[in-house]
Amino acid sequence: MSLYNELPATFVTTNVDKLMNWGRASSLWYLLFGLACCGIELMQTGGPRADLDRFGSVPRATPRQSDLMIVAGTVTLKMASRVKLLYDQMPHPKYVISMGSCANCGGLFDKGYSVLRGVDKVIPVDLYVPGCPPRPEALTEGILEIQDKIHRERYLIRNS
Amino acid sequence: MKTEEIHQTLTARLGDAIGALHAETIDPWIEVQATAIVDVTRACKEDPALRFDFLSSLCGVDAGDSMFVVYHLYSYALRHSTVLKVKVPKDTPVTRSVTGVWRGADWFEREAYDLFGVRFEGHPDLRRILLPDDWEGHPLRKEYVFPSHYGGIDNTRDYNI
Repeated sequence: MSLYNELPATFVTTNVDKLMNWGRASSLWYLLFGLACCGIELMQTGGPRADLDRFGSVPRATPRQSDLMIVAGTVTLKMASRVKLLYDQMPHPKYVISMGSCANCGGLFDKGYSVLRGVDKVIPVDLYVPGCPPRPEALTEGILEIQDKIHRERYLIRNS
Repeated sequence: MKTEEIHQTLTARLGDAIGALHAETIDPWIEVQATAIVDVTRACKEDPALRFDFLSSLCGVDAGDSMFVVYHLYSYALRHSTVLKVKVPKDTPVTRSVTGVWRGADWFEREAYDLFGVRFEGHPDLRRILLPDDWEGHPLRKEYVFPSHYGGIDNTRDYNI
């Protein structure tokens, strides 16, 4: 006798981790964090054509409500401590996408005296999206990759 | 009004404070003594023949052995423009603030101080405007060495991976 067959059609069997991950991956609220021209592509990704909302990703204006930080643009040394502060203010579990060449490694402005050579110097990065700037499709792919990462996690075991 | 005429008008009014006219460049400029810059700019603004009511920009230039502060003036009333330059020594780059003449010079002078280290005597609030307050050095000077660390952040990156 299997449990599956015994339950009426309105029930689904799963385990808690999968249910939680499904919920987390489907409500990936990202922090509005446009620093440069990548910010324009970030806005486009949230706009009606790319429509990130269909994956449950909506922009939040405060780190307290955010699960995902998309660092979109050139991080200056002056901004670096603010990036770190905003990251620290986000509740766990939290994820970071480094969007575009500048956030990845300094990019075009690498030779500048005031530019941080990659946001991974100050915060841990889950995913790098290459491009200058990346198209909305590329960022959408990045969001899907983060969702895959969440689905693979065993969140209860990790925190027990 | 041509720059030559502007130069003549200013020389007639202020004499020795006005230096040579450099008309050979695309944008002709007039050299001005650092100590007299406030009087000269006030004359530029208030003389009925000049009426420079707008300071388009104020910036620093590191010319290697010396430094310049460059003033781009424009007159909306008379539709003419000119350029004034003040030469300052590189080890003690000090000049006078023109915030009393054009209030808009405030942030321009802060920027020149921030990036070139030029000090403007009489400025109401001369502190850095673009870079963080704890930044060391003035980045647009020729001898500036780019920092490898800032505020505990190691900013070096090996690209040969």
